[in-house]
Amino acid sequence: MKFGILVNEGPYQHQAGDSAYLFCKAALAKGHEIHRVFFYHDGVNSASRLAEPPQDDRNIVVRWSKLAADHGIDLVVCVAAALRRGIKDENLAPGFRISGLGQLVESGIQADRLVVFGD
Amino acid sequence: MSEGTRKKFMFVNRTAPYGTVYALESLEVVLIGAAFEQDVSLAFLDDGVYQLTKGQDTKGLEVKNFSPTFRALEDYDVTKLYVEKEALEARGLTEADLVVPVQVVSAGRMAEIMEAQDVVLSF
Repeated sequence: MKFGILVNEGPYQHQAGDSAYLFCKAALAKGHEIHRVFFYHDGVNSASRLAEPPQDDRNIVVRWSKLAADHGIDLVVCVAAALRRGIKDENLAPGFRISGLGQLVESGIQADRLVVFGD
Repeated sequence: MSEGTRKKFMFVNRTAPYGTVYALESLEVVLIGAAFEQDVSLAFLDDGVYQLTKGQDTKGLEVKNFSPTFRALEDYDVTKLYVEKEALEARGLTEADLVVPVQVVSAGRMAEIMEAQDVVLSF
C-alpha cells in the first residue's frame, strides 16, 4: 500500500513526530511504500539542521534525514508554516525540501491512505 | 491514481479558532484542496464549532480574525459544511449564531459522512 504521512506537531514537544517516524519504519519493513511525509504546523521544526538534542536523546531531525537517504522518501515542509517559524533553505536538514500545501493535497490524491499524526 | 483524480476530502475542525494555530492553518489547506478541484467538505466538532460563530473580535489578542474567510468558501465551490448538533447544543449555540449556512447533523450522521470520505484531515 502507498501511504502519505502528515506530521502536525513539533519535535520533542509532542509524540506525534516520533509515532510518524516509527510508523514509516514499520510500514517500510512490511514492504509498503511511503509516498511522502508532509510537515505542517510546528511539525516544520523537525526539519531544522540547527537542532542539537542532548547526546543521550534521539536526534529526530537526523533520524528523518537518514530515513529519506535510505529509502528515497520525499520529506516536504510547508513553506508558509516554515517561514512563520524561521525554517528556511539555509537551515534545512538533508533530505527535506520546502514546498507548498499543494504537495499535501497531492499526497492525499496519490496515496492509498493519508495518515495524520497530531493532537 | 492520475493527476486528474477527484477525491472526497474532509477537513475535521475540532479546536477553538484562537489559542492554537490549528484552525487557521486548516483553513489554508481547505483553500488549496479546493484549488486542486477536489470534492471538499468541512466538519466542525467539539470547540471547533466556535470557529464559525458571529461577532469574533480578536483585537485584544493581536491575531488575525479569519472568520470572514468562511464566507468566501462558496466562491471556491466549498459548500458542504457539517456541524455536529451535539457540539452546538453543548455550547448553547444555534445555527443563527454562525457566520455561514451549514448543515447541522447528529454525531451518528457525522460518522456516516466521514465513513464516505477518501481522505480525512483532522486539525
